[in-house]
Amino acid sequence: MIRAAEPLADRGLDWIRGGEEAEIVLSSRVRVARNLQGFPFPGRAGAEDRAEVVQRIRAAADHAESLNGGFFWEVDSLDPVDREILVERHLISRDLLAARRGPSSAALVLAEGCSCGVMVNEEDHLRLQALVGGLALDTAWRQVDRLDEEIGALLPMAYHHQFGFLTACPTNVGTGLRASVLIHIPSLVLTKEISKVLEGISQVGLTYRGLYGEGSEVVGNFFQISNQTTLGKTEEDLIDHLGRVTGKVIEYERRARSVLLTEAPSVLEDKVWRAYGILRTARSLGLEEMMNLLSGVRLGVSLKLLKSPRVETLNEILVRGQVAHLERAAGARLSEPEADVCRATYVRDKLAEDERDAGQAPADGSSDTTVVDRPPSGG
Amino acid sequence: MLCDDCREKEAEVHLTSIEAEEMRSVHLCLSCAGERGISSDTEGIDTEKPPLVDFLEQLGSPGPKTPIPESSEPCPFCGTSAADFRRAGRVGCSQCYVHFETQIRGLLRRIHGSSQHAGKLYLSEASDITDRLGQISSMRRRMKRAIETEDFETAAELRDRIHDMETQA
Repeated sequence: MIRAAEPLADRGLDWIRGGEEAEIVLSSRVRVARNLQGFPFPGRAGAEDRAEVVQRIRAAADHAESLNGGFFWEVDSLDPVDREILVERHLISRDLLAARRGPSSAALVLAEGCSCGVMVNEEDHLRLQALVGGLALDTAWRQVDRLDEEIGALLPMAYHHQFGFLTACPTNVGTGLRASVLIHIPSLVLTKEISKVLEGISQVGLTYRGLYGEGSEVVGNFFQISNQTTLGKTEEDLIDHLGRVTGKVIEYERRARSVLLTEAPSVLEDKVWRAYGILRTARSLGLEEMMNLLSGVRLGVSLKLLKSPRVETLNEILVRGQVAHLERAAGARLSEPEADVCRATYVRDKLAEDERDAGQAPADGSSDTTVVDRPPSGG
Repeated sequence: MLCDDCREKEAEVHLTSIEAEEMRSVHLCLSCAGERGISSDTEGIDTEKPPLVDFLEQLGSPGPKTPIPESSEPCPFCGTSAADFRRAGRVGCSQCYVHFETQIRGLLRRIHGSSQHAGKLYLSEASDITDRLGQISSMRRRMKRAIETEDFETAAELRDRIHDMETQA
C-alpha cells in the first residue's frame, strides 16, 4: 500500500549518502517513459482523462511491490514551497509543474527508502525513475526495470511491435529510457580539456547539460551526461555505453588532477582553501556562488587537501542550500537577499558541524600536496 | 535572475563558454543579447523552441524527402493534425504512431538512426506466440545480466518465469 498526503520531510534524499566514485559522480539516474493504452497522452488529454490516468496509476502503485510503503502526492495539493522542494531534489521536473492543471491532473509516487518513483502526467502518463548515489547505473536500472515490470503487468501500456514503447515525443520512443550521471569535473575545466571531452561525448551519441536537465546551464563544474537516442538498442546497451564513457571521463578528470597537483600545486591549494574560507565565513551567499565554491571544496576533499567536510555533507548542502529548502527551514518565503543570508548561515553551520564531527581542526593548509588522489569512497 | 548587462530585465539567454582561462557564464535579457550580436543567430537563443522543430520544419519545408502532407486527415482517436505535430514536436496519442506511421518511421530513423525497437518486449494479453517467444529471449538476456551483476534474487525469479512461460508455450 502507498500512503497519501504525508509530509514531504526528507524523502527522496537517499542518494546524498553517495556510492561508488562519489567524489566525482554525485548521482546516477535512470528513467523510462510509458503511456497507458487507450488514453490520449497528457498534452492532449482533457481533465477527466488525466484524472482517470492518475487514479489508475495510483491503484496500480498500491499493488506494486517496489512501491510498498511508499508515498503518493497530487502535485496540486502540495503547497508551493513543497513543489519547489521536489524540483530541487530532482524528484519532479519543472514540466510536471507546468503540466498541472487543477486537482488530480499530475502526481508523484515515491518508494520508501530509495529515490525511486513515478511522475504521473508529465509529458507522458508515467515516468518511472530511480536516483542513486555515486556511479550506480546498473542499480538504478534494476530498480526502474522491476518497477516497470510490476506496473506493466497491472496496466496495459502503449506499445508498437516495431517502434517499442510509445511516447509523446518521438525522441523518447522505443526503450523510453534516459540514463544520466551527474558528474563533477573541475580539473578538466581548469586544464581547458573540457571542450575536447564534451565534443567526444557528443560524438559517441551522448549529450550533456547542466544540473537541472534540458536547457539548464552548467554551474559549479557539474555536468549531466546522458544518452541521446532511445530506439534501436537494448536498455542494457544504452546503460553500458553511458557507464563506459563515464568511466573514461572519470579517468581523464583524475589525470587532469594529477597534472594540476604536479604543475600548479600552490594555485590549486589556494583555490581550494579560498573556497572553503568563503563558505565557512560568508554572511551572504548567492546560489551560483555557493555552487562554484562547493566545486572548489569538493575538489579539495577529493585530493585530501581538506580533511572536512565529508562528500555527503557537500551533497546535502547542494540540495538544502537551494531557495525552497531554505524557505522550508526558515518557515517563510524569502526575498533573494534574505535567502542569500540564510544560505550563508546554513552553510557555515553545516561546515562547522562537520569540522566538529571530524574531531579535529581542518587541515592547516600546509599539508602535503603531493597526494595524487584517494581511492574511491565506499559510501 | 537579472540580466548581467542592464541589470533591469529578467535574463533569458544563458551562455556558458570556455575561454582562455576558465569557464564563463553570461546571463542576458533578449535585448542586451541582441546588442551583443547574439540575436543574429536566433536559432541559438530561441530557448522556447520545442525539441524536434528543426527536424519537423525540414520535413514540412518544400522539397524534403518525406514531408508530412498538410492535407492528411487528423488522427481519428485524438484529433492531432500533421500541423499540430509539426508545431509541438509531439504526437497526441499512441494511435498517432499508426496514423502517421510512414512519416514517423522516417523521422525516427533520422533521430535515432533506427526505426526498430531492440529493447524490452511488452506482452499484452492479446499478444501471440511470437511475442511470447520474443519475451522469453528478452527475459533470458535480463537473467544473464542479473547473474553477471550478482543479483541472484532477480535471476532466480526470471528463471522461474521463463520456465512457466516455456511450459505454457
